[in-house]
Amino acid sequence: MSERISLDETRKVAKLARLALSDDELERMRGDLDGILDWMAALAKLDTAGVDPTFHAVEMVTPLRADEVREGLRHSEALRAAARSDQGGFAVPKVMEGE
Amino acid sequence: MLHAASASALRERVVSGELRAVDIARSALDQIVGADARIGSFLHVDGEGALAQAAAVDRARAAGETLGPLAGVPIALKDNLCVRGVPATCASKILEGWIAPYDATVVERLRAAGAVIVGKTNMDEFAMGSSNETSAYKLVHNPWDLSRAPGGSSGGSAASVAAGMAPLSLGSDTGGSVRQPAAFCGLVALKPTYGRVSRFGLIAFASSLDQIGPFARDVRDCAIVSEVISGRDPRDATSVDLPVGSYVSELGRDVRGLRVGVVRSTLAEGCEPGVVSAIDASIDTLRRLGCEIVDVALPTAEHAVSAYYIVAPAECSSNLARFDGMRYGPRVESPDLLETYGKTRALFGREVRRRIMLGTYVLSAGYYDAFYAKAQKARTLISRDYAAAFERCDVVLTPTAPSVAFGLGAKTKNPLEMYLADIFTLPPSLAGLPAISVPCGLSDGLPVGLQLTAKAFDEGTLFRVASAFEHATDHHAHRAPGFATASVGGAA
Amino acid sequence: MTTRYEAVIGLEVHGQLHTKTKMFCGCSTAYGLPPNTAICPVCLGLPGALPVPNRQAIALAVRAGLALGCTVRQSSRFARKNYYYPDLSKGYQISQFDLPLNEKGHLDITTSAGTKRVGITRIHVEEDAAKNLHGAGAGTDTLVDFNRAGTPLIEIVGEPDLRSAEEAEAYLRALRDVLMFTGVNDGNLEEGSFRCDANVSIRPVGQEKFGTRCELKNINSFKFVRKAIEFEIARQEALVSSGGKVVQETRTWSSTQEKTLSLRSKEEAQDYRYFADPDLPPLVVDDAWLAEIRVSVPEPVVARRERWQRELGLTAYDAQVLTSHPRIAEYFEAASASLERALGGKLSRDKAGKRVANFIQAEALRVVSTSGLDASFPCSAERIAELLALVEDETINGKIAKDVFVDMVATGKAPKDIVAQKGLAQVKDSSAIEQTVRDVVAKHPKELASFKAGKAAVKGFFVGQIMRALKGANPALVNDVLERVLAEG
Repeated sequence: MSERISLDETRKVAKLARLALSDDELERMRGDLDGILDWMAALAKLDTAGVDPTFHAVEMVTPLRADEVREGLRHSEALRAAARSDQGGFAVPKVMEGE
Repeated sequence: MLHAASASALRERVVSGELRAVDIARSALDQIVGADARIGSFLHVDGEGALAQAAAVDRARAAGETLGPLAGVPIALKDNLCVRGVPATCASKILEGWIAPYDATVVERLRAAGAVIVGKTNMDEFAMGSSNETSAYKLVHNPWDLSRAPGGSSGGSAASVAAGMAPLSLGSDTGGSVRQPAAFCGLVALKPTYGRVSRFGLIAFASSLDQIGPFARDVRDCAIVSEVISGRDPRDATSVDLPVGSYVSELGRDVRGLRVGVVRSTLAEGCEPGVVSAIDASIDTLRRLGCEIVDVALPTAEHAVSAYYIVAPAECSSNLARFDGMRYGPRVESPDLLETYGKTRALFGREVRRRIMLGTYVLSAGYYDAFYAKAQKARTLISRDYAAAFERCDVVLTPTAPSVAFGLGAKTKNPLEMYLADIFTLPPSLAGLPAISVPCGLSDGLPVGLQLTAKAFDEGTLFRVASAFEHATDHHAHRAPGFATASVGGAA
Repeated sequence: MTTRYEAVIGLEVHGQLHTKTKMFCGCSTAYGLPPNTAICPVCLGLPGALPVPNRQAIALAVRAGLALGCTVRQSSRFARKNYYYPDLSKGYQISQFDLPLNEKGHLDITTSAGTKRVGITRIHVEEDAAKNLHGAGAGTDTLVDFNRAGTPLIEIVGEPDLRSAEEAEAYLRALRDVLMFTGVNDGNLEEGSFRCDANVSIRPVGQEKFGTRCELKNINSFKFVRKAIEFEIARQEALVSSGGKVVQETRTWSSTQEKTLSLRSKEEAQDYRYFADPDLPPLVVDDAWLAEIRVSVPEPVVARRERWQRELGLTAYDAQVLTSHPRIAEYFEAASASLERALGGKLSRDKAGKRVANFIQAEALRVVSTSGLDASFPCSAERIAELLALVEDETINGKIAKDVFVDMVATGKAPKDIVAQKGLAQVKDSSAIEQTVRDVVAKHPKELASFKAGKAAVKGFFVGQIMRALKGANPALVNDVLERVLAEG
């Protein structure tokens, strides 16, 4: 059986998804994904020529909101949920420019 | 065992003054304390909140106010619904300790209707699963057989009602997550038309599929609570501005001449014999009631599982990106930002990670067309299949699930095997259509569910057929053996 | 033979839409609030929260599209751009991708080389990110303020039609003018409500194929745009001329080092995994709404300048100064129309316009202050017209008018009242003047005699005395009458 997704690709996807996986977990994940993708390959046989994709199953139009200020969250309530906060801001590990 | 009565009966007795809402709430809380150790359906019980809401109902009655349609009725909510001041974890470690700072729209509507929220129920982590086994906290045991799964992902919501801990609960249904556990636990559950019920305050799994749906022990209760939670919400851009109509007025209406479409081809495939025979008997019942039984075909439905397991993971990979430990929830701290992201997000369980990976992959450069776009086109074809079917019939009938409740641990080895448990519930989800699951008999002492699907926004017809079917049979009167105290109707 | 190169530049401009609330929630967009005080479940990306678009933001984005000659897509689509960054609350930005709101527009720019039409590829709506306060936190922390998160933006993607830093600057200035004059954006570069990224490449003159481009990020002043692009062109030319190759990368302008610096290369480029936002159905601008927005698009600023030169007697310079801000332009138009009305056609339109233009430039602009799209004026445009009408009907002269204006600014009083209270009105009645002239002449027989003896300078003495006695009068009239009286004598 040909490989549908390589370990390297799996690693790239994990980085893209910001999931830190150990080597064992990566290998297992690759296997899981491979099985699922293999099984999904049948979908390729479905003839969809000229068919538009469905993004919303029920036909609808985005309703629009009036430009009026509404009360939001209290500052203290919002920050209480944060892992760390400082000077009224959400504190996060140092962000490098362009990271 | 006040809580074990139907919601409609309880409300009537609260209105008449025969019962106090506070006593009903206490009875429900007692039952949770007594039974849930065996079931595992609750992640958080809000006794204080429940008693306060119940007391408010009693005060309103004393003040002569008009009481809402769920006055004094206990209800359990799936842990992916936000209730102000109450934890919402989605059964995930990544939301451990998070307290929702606002009410979901359905919660506001339930409160306005006088319902009493007793707690938050266990579920598959972020609603991803069909057996409730992906919960990061604990298993849920099916009240009919504690060695079996209650179904998923709203397994806790289903089990709590089946075990008599509340007459009603809300779950969410993305690909069958209220219908399949309803079938496994012998309950009635509705997956409303996409856009019928506001998703504001429902922690998203797959936004284009998610709908909140209720569990009840009979069709009337299901209709009442469905009516309460439905309708346009300005806070959800996908909530539709169409009149809801009276579901309750559909109950007991004649079904003679209604056309019921049966999908023969899928019935044979992979269904347990006990399920097939219960469905066959149900078709006979409907025919006896005067329904016209017609054959319909859903040729693209065989691709529904593939399409669903592309679309839903794709949306989930994006929806779950916000769980990064930066603004709320636990953070696995590291001086390096990238590492902090990765380690924090590794708090997701295995199934959730799998779906995030799959979804990230199918949306990434070079794969979008082959997977995501293709799946969305399959969705269009499935909708066309239904459109063609509804030229010939008013509702489509299938089993809800190919089997009765399976054993805990039976399908956890292979994700694909678990995904196939959704084979009947996925097509209506992908097409955005309303579908109801009602009990249609027992197979080896375990409940079988019948799924009826209607045209978009035609929930009324579903309730009409479900009610006629329920009236003609006694399937809904079966109770989980160890929890049989839940006597039907009014008897308290 | 050395190869000559030309630069190819395309700009991507982010402009904040001038709304009261954010793109997808009702939080205020006010600038300068304490950190994290204009936030809600939606813009903070809390679990379960959902976006609902701001109607006014869409209207403004369409208005921008119309003002820039775009085709408006009446059914467009929101898309998610997925990436992780602490200033991005949901792990994705709601933007538009394959079906943007506006497409295929253009903007005319003028440089030393003349006028040129620059293509606009698309204008789409999206939400802004939060603000990272680098180095503000204790130790190694970055602090994040979500007040800006979800602020409505348009991104204006320009065609790579620009060939020099000068053209790039002219394009940006012209674009800012259009956005400010349509009320879409407040043009405030310091507060970041108007920001620019530039794609810069070079190619040998005559070659059609584009060279490898570098993206210059977040250059936030007109001066820096020019410098950064000039630097980047020179850097790439030097690199290529010495046999090197331009690497596709993202660079940033360092104003302290006066050069562009590499941020990340293409290999590290993100895979944004765009897909249609399932939370937001198609964005529809129906015919009626589009017509309504079309009517709200004001006269283009370039056309206005030309009209003023044609009809109101302004020079190109005057027109430029008076369109430095939309409120000033409105002020000028209101004042000149009001003056024209007040004088009931006694003064031709172009003269009225020119008088107002001169006065506003010389006097009023000194005391006008602008902030974003707002401006505060010392008095209403009508008052300016009233004042100039007093000059026109010779109640006061131009010099007195300046003093009266100073008083108007200080006290807020009407010019008429100031003139009356201070007795500044010139005596215009020639009989009254004649009486005074005769009195003054009669009182000074000695001076009269020396005048008659040929000492013409004595006339000045009489004028002074008469003016003092009249407490202000039309000097020309006084002169006429005096000459007549002296001649009699």
